[in-house]
Amino acid sequence: MKNVCFVFFVLLGGLTACFQAPEKRVLPILGERDISPAGDTIYREIPDFAFIDQDSQLVTNATFDDKVYVVDFFFIHCPTICPRVKKNGLRIYEKYKDDTRVVLLSHSIDTKNDTVAALRRHAEKLGIETQRWHLVTGEKDAIYGIADDYFSVATENPDAPGGFDHSGRLILVDKKRRVRSFCDGTDAKDVDRFMKDIDLLLEEQFRQ
Amino acid sequence: MVFRQLLATLLFLGTFTLVSCENHPYREGERLYKANCANCHMDSGEGLGALIPPLAGADYLRLNREKLPCVLRYGLQDTIVVNGKIYAETMPGATKLSEIHITNILNYVNTAWGNANEPYRLDEVRMLLENCAE
Ligand code: HEC
Repeated sequence: MKNVCFVFFVLLGGLTACFQAPEKRVLPILGERDISPAGDTIYREIPDFAFIDQDSQLVTNATFDDKVYVVDFFFIHCPTICPRVKKNGLRIYEKYKDDTRVVLLSHSIDTKNDTVAALRRHAEKLGIETQRWHLVTGEKDAIYGIADDYFSVATENPDAPGGFDHSGRLILVDKKRRVRSFCDGTDAKDVDRFMKDIDLLLEEQFRQ
Repeated sequence: MVFRQLLATLLFLGTFTLVSCENHPYREGERLYKANCANCHMDSGEGLGALIPPLAGADYLRLNREKLPCVLRYGLQDTIVVNGKIYAETMPGATKLSEIHITNILNYVNTAWGNANEPYRLDEVRMLLENCAE
């Protein structure tokens, strides 16, 4: 009888464990944080920016009001990682093409060659719609500066292939201008994981 | 019984892997391709939309056999047609590649992903490289 009871409890324990909803994963807020004098946590936010996209439109923080967006840094005549990152960017683009809550934003770090006209031609070749994926240029310092804010690397380096060093990171920013996830844009598997993070963020920020 | 079946399956899979490896003689070419070309033309040779032409199933390889060593070494900035699609882009040259490297890469590209073009010999590649048009 004792044994039977024991087995019963083990089974019951197992069952309840199964029925407990798995802990929902929440994306962390990345970056340094401060504590205000009142004791609130202040998270790092992407500062104000203003760039020009392939349609000569001004792109600012307001462009991404009430949206989550995916950021990267590239240049058109990049002999190394860019085409791979673009290919994976296109996967994200295709997945969320009809979902206006998600937008892509690619910054060119070759401000000399990647003019608005060149970006426009590039966008046409990629077959992308401006409203869903902005390719932007702007003042060199502003672009290189904001790369830091997104925890990405972008520097001019005559010794690097194509003349620039940059990471192939894709970075996910939430509605409140905070970085929530990133991945290696050259690695299709990591991008799969990243897309799950996008879904998770959408769920968190657009809950009815 | 179950054990026997498992063993048989393993043996079968084993020979299968061996055979498929042997079918692929251009290992060095594959390695060099991954290091020098795959960033743009992608691991499976599919290219990228209208920006980078494919190598897998590309008629260009067959139709421009004699030009290919020069394309690899000096790059290409031209308006070309690959499988009926027009490309007017720029491919940088890979000036650091030796004649042997180029031969290995070309043989990989011409036989990978279902491609079945004639392989190159080293002396042939050497000769073609000497006659690259400007
Ligand atoms: C920086 C990106 C880039 C790299 C790296 C690159 N290519 Fe290309 N390749 C291109 C582009 C772009 C074109 C089309 C050029 C044009 O329109 O004139 C092209 C064209 C070609 C063509 C002729 C068209 C076709 O698709 O058959 C071949 C063959 C080729 N590349 C092979 C290679 C090989 C082999 C390597 C590695 C040694 C390589 N490429 C590296 C971008 C690249």
